[in-house]
Amino acid sequence: MSTLALPSARSASPTWLRLKNALRRHPTAIAGAAVLGVMILIAVFAPWLGTIDPQAVAPIRRLKPPSAEYWFGSDMLGRDVYSRVVYGARVSLAVGLAVALFSTLVGLAIGLVTGYIRWLDAIVMRIMDGLMSIPSVLLAIALMALTKASIGNVILAITLAEVPRVVRLVRSLVLTLREQPYVEAAVAAGTTLPRILTRHILPNTVAPLLVQATYVCASAMITEAILSFIGAGTPPNIPSWGNIMAEARSLFQIAGYLIFFPGICLSLTVLAINLLGDGMRDALDPRLARRM
Amino acid sequence: MTAPLLQVANLTKHFPVRTGVFSRVSAQVHAVDDISFDIAQGETLGLVGESGCGKSTTGKLILKLIEPTAGSVMWRGERIDRLRPGEMRKLRRELQAVFQDPYSSLNPRMRAVDIVSEPIRNFESVSRDEIHERVAALLDKVGLRRDQMVKYPYEFSGGQRQRLGIARALAPNPRLIVCDEPVSALDVSVQAQVINLLMDLQQELGISYLFVAHDLAVVKHISHRIAVMYLGKIVELTDKRSLFEDPQHPYTEALLSAVPVPDPRVERKRVILSGDVPSPVNPPPGCRFHTRCPYAFDRCRIEEPKMIAVRPGHWVACHLREQAARGV
Repeated sequence: MSTLALPSARSASPTWLRLKNALRRHPTAIAGAAVLGVMILIAVFAPWLGTIDPQAVAPIRRLKPPSAEYWFGSDMLGRDVYSRVVYGARVSLAVGLAVALFSTLVGLAIGLVTGYIRWLDAIVMRIMDGLMSIPSVLLAIALMALTKASIGNVILAITLAEVPRVVRLVRSLVLTLREQPYVEAAVAAGTTLPRILTRHILPNTVAPLLVQATYVCASAMITEAILSFIGAGTPPNIPSWGNIMAEARSLFQIAGYLIFFPGICLSLTVLAINLLGDGMRDALDPRLARRM
Repeated sequence: MTAPLLQVANLTKHFPVRTGVFSRVSAQVHAVDDISFDIAQGETLGLVGESGCGKSTTGKLILKLIEPTAGSVMWRGERIDRLRPGEMRKLRRELQAVFQDPYSSLNPRMRAVDIVSEPIRNFESVSRDEIHERVAALLDKVGLRRDQMVKYPYEFSGGQRQRLGIARALAPNPRLIVCDEPVSALDVSVQAQVINLLMDLQQELGISYLFVAHDLAVVKHISHRIAVMYLGKIVELTDKRSLFEDPQHPYTEALLSAVPVPDPRVERKRVILSGDVPSPVNPPPGCRFHTRCPYAFDRCRIEEPKMIAVRPGHWVACHLREQAARGV
């Protein structure tokens, strides 16, 4: 954050102090963080969690209900649903986290520039308004229709659909921050524009952006599942929660358990991320925190 | 007396009022209208007036935080009001500022050492050790402890924060500091400490101040000369003694009579103004003070009074004084 690091005792930055203290008082946020942490661990250690190859086909043993052998049952091709759900966590989390990261970075860059350069603002914001007027799922579907199905393209499409929301947030933050007396003081002190942006504006956008990133992550995971569900997302051979549910949909009346487990995992993860985001918002947004 | 450090001539700032769908300019706020003054090396010019009279705008115009509508600002004989931001930036080390609100004028996410050293790092490339040394010296100078440099603003009190703001302004060794109501957000006891600090620093370093305030007692203590502003105009400009002993403008009289005297037995003439300050969007014609002036006559409603010298160095803009001076 600062360019100076002194060897002497340093006090912790106020953001992290606030975050730590407030999360401690927020049991639901801690629960959210815990569930999310477990999901990430499951995704990372998927090969060591008693799984078999999620794509291995065994037609003889298809549509088995949950048992000791198939914890979550087997699907119409005899693939192990447990393994597929565990490996599916990788896809869902990777898409969610990547979209959150990329759309935050891109949105931050565009938002900083448009918030500071007035003539650019009018042009860029009209484009963003245009993008926002299209429902994000629809936009992602349209973008996926243009390219071939791959995880990279899914991430790209959902990122494009999420960016305008981040731009709006960053721009509004920059518009408030640039009127702050300490920014005026920095101008009077002879600070150049790039340094004002990086030293005074950027650090003060971190907290709200962090919160926004959790919501983007949750909504990206849902969008990914929707895209996969309607067959416009992750290629069908890659197990993602959306794909598993899409395949299970037609067999819903014969083998309802197929759709149950990926659905539960998706809802649980999205809920966990949202709870964490709410906790962080309460911790980092002083206006909301005071009301509590 | 040496040539003035800062000369302000006919400085004017009108803010457009935009209304409607197409942001048509429907009116102008006359924030600062045709004001002139100068500040010498080592001098403090106090700028007083009630809220909204344009004193803070004047400070910002000099610092070029906003662009003037008309008029000129000369810094050591060079016009700076038309400089582009990059050229102005080089001059900023000589021209610093202390702001009103010690809470919002310090970035909450920077440590004291980073806040105070910011102007130094903007102009020089210095090593970490040297910054450490110079910030420590500055903190000493403003009465803070060296070990406080690693703290964040929220760990300081209001008075300490304002000292940090002063240390930041002193960091690049400026010649003039624009103090925009630097003490009005502080407790009275802390106010005195900060004012005395500013005066000591002036003694030691020979800095000039443009001291913007609405508190006459504070301005009286620190200033050499005082300019009184009313609705975007300077109505009276003179040295501290003549202003307090022999005010010439009716508005100055009214202001002075509003200063509380800590002695109940002193009998004073109170000049109580009636009415409100007119809107700066539509300032009254003629003398801007005529709507509230107890002595206003016909000419005041039509003709704008010019600045005249009632005696050397004592300027006032009032038709009454002009007639008296001409012996009418």
